[in-house]
Amino acid sequence: MRVRMRLFGPFKEIAPAADAWRELREGETVAGLLELLQREAVLPAKLLLASAVAVNQEYAQPTRILLDGDEVAILPPVSGGRP
Amino acid sequence: MKVALQREPIDTAALHAEIKAGSDGAVCVFDGIVRDNTRGRRTLHLDYEAYEEMALTQMRDLAEQAIATFGVRDVVLVHRLGRLHIGETSVFIAVASAHRGAAFDACRWVIDTLKKTVPIWKKEEFIDGAVWADGEPFPDDIAGVKP
Repeated sequence: MRVRMRLFGPFKEIAPAADAWRELREGETVAGLLELLQREAVLPAKLLLASAVAVNQEYAQPTRILLDGDEVAILPPVSGGRP
Repeated sequence: MKVALQREPIDTAALHAEIKAGSDGAVCVFDGIVRDNTRGRRTLHLDYEAYEEMALTQMRDLAEQAIATFGVRDVVLVHRLGRLHIGETSVFIAVASAHRGAAFDACRWVIDTLKKTVPIWKKEEFIDGAVWADGEPFPDDIAGVKP
């Protein structure tokens, strides 16, 4: 099955080519995809560990099972700033 | 309720004027502007980028939640994208309410929550190089990756 990966900010700058459709095994979870990304080491590990994942534009839990056609965004910590 | 992402400058005076209605006793405004330094390092400009579809949905949810939770009458929430220069407004929030307490509380809650959950990032161009801002750690309920 295929999902549409979306990358932003520092991730997109580092790996623009990864912002694309990507083949995954059936039943892959959000946590599984993140492990895969960590093993590939294309995205910086520290930032990846601090990131959240959105599936179809909503924050998703690690156990979420991905489906064919899902839009999966890896979101680094958002802009923040001292309160 | 007005929620928007825009590349052109935010007309804060117009938004402030538009939100007022007869039943309001208070309008609380937060005008977030571009600072000229980060921890003493001189900033030239900022570039804001968003996951636009998701950010807009999240911003609408925030405005609706603020109205429901704090009992305020109306909320305006506008964020700028693209290149911003020192002193320009990056985010503008106005909350209109019958009484000031709820307006202050809702306004503070909207900006604090936006900064932690709405997918918008900023790259800071300093006099001696550029970096993506570290950002705020995600709240536990949406941090998908933590071990």
